[in-house]
Amino acid sequence: MQGPGDFEVSRRDVLKLGAAATAVPLVAKGQAGSPAEAPVSTQLSLNVNGKVHALKLDTRTSLLDALRDHLQLTGSKKGCDHGQCGACTVLVNGRRINSCLSLAVMHAGDKITTIEGLGTPNKMHAMQAAFVKHDGFQCGYCTPGQICSAVGMLSEVKANVPSHATTDLTAPCALTNPELRERMSGNICRCGAYSNIAEAIADAAGVPAAGRSA
Amino acid sequence: MKFTQTEGKNRTDRQKVIGKATPRIEGALKATGKATYAYEWHDIAPKPAFGYVLGAAIAKGRITSMDTSGAESSAGVLAVVTAENAGPLDKGNFNVVKLLAGPEIQHYHQAIAVIVARTFEEARAGATKIKVRYASEPGVYDLEVAKETAVKPPARWGNEPDSAAGDFAGAFAAAPFKIDATYHTPAHSHAMMEPFASIAAWKGDELTVWTANQMIAWSRADLAKTLKMPPEKVRVVSPYVGGGFGGKLWIRADVLLAALGARAAKRPVKVALPRPMMANNTVHRPATIQRVRLGAGKDGKITAFAHENWAGNQKGGSTETATLASRALYAGANRMTSNRNATLDLPEGNAMRAPGDAPGSMAFEIAIDEIAEKVGLDPVEFRVINDTQVNPEKPAQTYSTRKLIQCLKTGAEKFGWSKRNAKPGAVRDGNWLVGLGVATAYRGAPTMNSGARVRIESSGRVIVETDMTDIGTGSYTIIGQTAAEMMGVPLDRVDVRLGDSNFPVSAGSGGQFGAVSATSGVYAACLKLREAIATKLGVAADTLEIDDGFAVAGSKRVALGEVAGTEGLSAEDKIEFATDREKHLHYTFGAHFVEVGVHAITSEVRVRRMLAVCHAGRILNPPAARNQIIGAMTMGVGAALMEELVVDKKVGFFVNHDLASYEVPVHADIPHQECVFLDDEDPTVSPMKALGVGELGICGVSAAVANAVYNATGKRVRDYPITIDKLMRT
Repeated sequence: MQGPGDFEVSRRDVLKLGAAATAVPLVAKGQAGSPAEAPVSTQLSLNVNGKVHALKLDTRTSLLDALRDHLQLTGSKKGCDHGQCGACTVLVNGRRINSCLSLAVMHAGDKITTIEGLGTPNKMHAMQAAFVKHDGFQCGYCTPGQICSAVGMLSEVKANVPSHATTDLTAPCALTNPELRERMSGNICRCGAYSNIAEAIADAAGVPAAGRSA
Repeated sequence: MKFTQTEGKNRTDRQKVIGKATPRIEGALKATGKATYAYEWHDIAPKPAFGYVLGAAIAKGRITSMDTSGAESSAGVLAVVTAENAGPLDKGNFNVVKLLAGPEIQHYHQAIAVIVARTFEEARAGATKIKVRYASEPGVYDLEVAKETAVKPPARWGNEPDSAAGDFAGAFAAAPFKIDATYHTPAHSHAMMEPFASIAAWKGDELTVWTANQMIAWSRADLAKTLKMPPEKVRVVSPYVGGGFGGKLWIRADVLLAALGARAAKRPVKVALPRPMMANNTVHRPATIQRVRLGAGKDGKITAFAHENWAGNQKGGSTETATLASRALYAGANRMTSNRNATLDLPEGNAMRAPGDAPGSMAFEIAIDEIAEKVGLDPVEFRVINDTQVNPEKPAQTYSTRKLIQCLKTGAEKFGWSKRNAKPGAVRDGNWLVGLGVATAYRGAPTMNSGARVRIESSGRVIVETDMTDIGTGSYTIIGQTAAEMMGVPLDRVDVRLGDSNFPVSAGSGGQFGAVSATSGVYAACLKLREAIATKLGVAADTLEIDDGFAVAGSKRVALGEVAGTEGLSAEDKIEFATDREKHLHYTFGAHFVEVGVHAITSEVRVRRMLAVCHAGRILNPPAARNQIIGAMTMGVGAALMEELVVDKKVGFFVNHDLASYEVPVHADIPHQECVFLDDEDPTVSPMKALGVGELGICGVSAAVANAVYNATGKRVRDYPITIDKLMRT
């Protein structure tokens, strides 16, 4: 549902907006020194966790910062802002992405799911519950990204998307321990709860948790 | 209460809640994104401005000019704060270098300005418009070179830098078996997932900061001192901390610059250090060079022991005391250790998880593997033979509890150690050379005085408040368990509130003293609250029983909420540790077992299996303790195989200052990990009879990996991390 402030954005417009956004720094550089030149901003609507939000954003705003600073959905974490750690992982149209590497203006019309959209403390998603049960975290800062990534990863396995660890490209993907670990390696946990996280994901996926593996 | 002597039986022995496997009580909040970290306080500090930190582009020298006009006129910029306009600033007791530099620059990426703007994007853009000119000066960045100028550092935390007993030189000369080897450990980055971040808000002359910090009281005092204001006017709030590992023990630039930015912009300001600034702007574990000489008799007993260490730091900074990892670990009458510290112009070195002992054990536990092989003994057996129950320097001082032999033997049994082939390079699995390694884990069990306030509400709920922090360590849960046990209520009727300087001062999180100290403080407050309940009921405290939410004395049985009444009932106390620490050495122990595969052609190292058997007194919450150990094992794998802050010795900074280039272990690097705790309790340290596990797990594990690589390949790499290039040229 769209509010009165929203406007329709086609996929073509989104691409244009993306292009405009990348051009902004050049424009800004040309204007350096001119007093208080207003930054380029745009209106857009973001569909987050099934709710449409009308936003006016500086076009340089990352999807992550739009979620955290503008929609106050701070479950998605900023660990590095460079796509190196995975703490900002969200689901866009069911696929996992690093929201820090994506501009908000590129996502009008997308269906975005954040950790808040998966479940709540009183009604957790199965993956969230499995992380709590298996103590799949310590400080909790990478956890929302790990969980969103795990949910996205299971869909990839289901869709037979191969990984670096896949040994037979013609056979259906199986969530073995090496597959799981390879596919989750974009999500860093500096507390080092990997062994527990692997158990949590295996539990939520209904596959046996592996012990020994090379 | 004062803890003055070995504890007898007490209520914690019931172990109805304490010691039971308990999921983290804040777990659901963390798993659903509802735990509020420093940068995320929308309701309390609404509509904040954003601060972006500018770091120095030289390592040593002076700013000759700084033109901030471009930034000031940049869109949305509200203020630019530099050392020139910040007003007079002092420096915190725990800070070595200044948090806001200028004109003197002490290290690369030292903060020189904060740009405050309406949005993050505007602040970041504004920062690019500051023009800075520097006059660089030559600095010292290479420890290998600076080692020659290193000096004896002062004693720290009561530890003298040097020690000696017996006649090392004579015994070493006479030893039938000996090794003399030098090891290198590089600088490490804490690289916690949550960047240093703070929101600051002023109300008149009162300052509140929501920040990511391990030690609330110290940081409150240091922030007040830096801002030259009374500590009572500063409130520090830090209920959720996204990892610290020692890096967040002290205040850093983010909190000071948020405070200064908020003062200048006249509104709340939030500042997070960008990830690429963290390695050079903040602190790191300093690099070390360690020489170990060991002499042993034909019976395998150590006759001569020497461990020397060189490290470096900024002028006035502490040294990385690597020799405490070995000083009293094994028997032997003739021994010496020494530490020397050089002055470097790299960023400030400071505590990172098991400071001293982590790098110390990385070197020393390889040396033990080397001498065991020389003597012709299995490395497990060698360690068993050289066990000591006393301080080898002062035999009158005994270990309060030490079950290292049991850790080693239990681990060897569980891991299938007997199948290890002592001949290196002899076991092959396809293209993989397979090896097993072992090392001892050994880490002190200190305590710190710690306070808490406990209240019963008319609803019967128990509220615990203490400025203790939970940095992923599980403080919330063990504190809740302690209160539940002591107050006779189920855990779900306890609310634990942490990390606020309005609460009683606790031990804080560091040095693996947090769990034992903070829970002891809660224990003390609960005892006092039980007395208050007895007084209110008009019975003697020792006749009072509290169970299932009811206070029972004689024929009286009253619900706790009813005893508390509408105004509630509260008590505050702290534990003060006053036992004679000279009588015993208090340590935690463990044995690490690691299996690696090393690719015969590419030299790629894969960790295949890991087991730690640990001995750390009473375990308060087994899954949380396990998580601490496996997390530390993971960090130890990083130190063994990949982690190194690479020094640019010309420019003087850490080159690989982000998470793409400073490699830490990822899922693919870490196999399923086993962790076993020996049943035990240590009543000499605290009423909780626990010790601490947060740092034990990282001690020795890197050496166990290194020893496994040696067993797999016959290649002894003494220069961490053990990377492919080093294996190929060894």
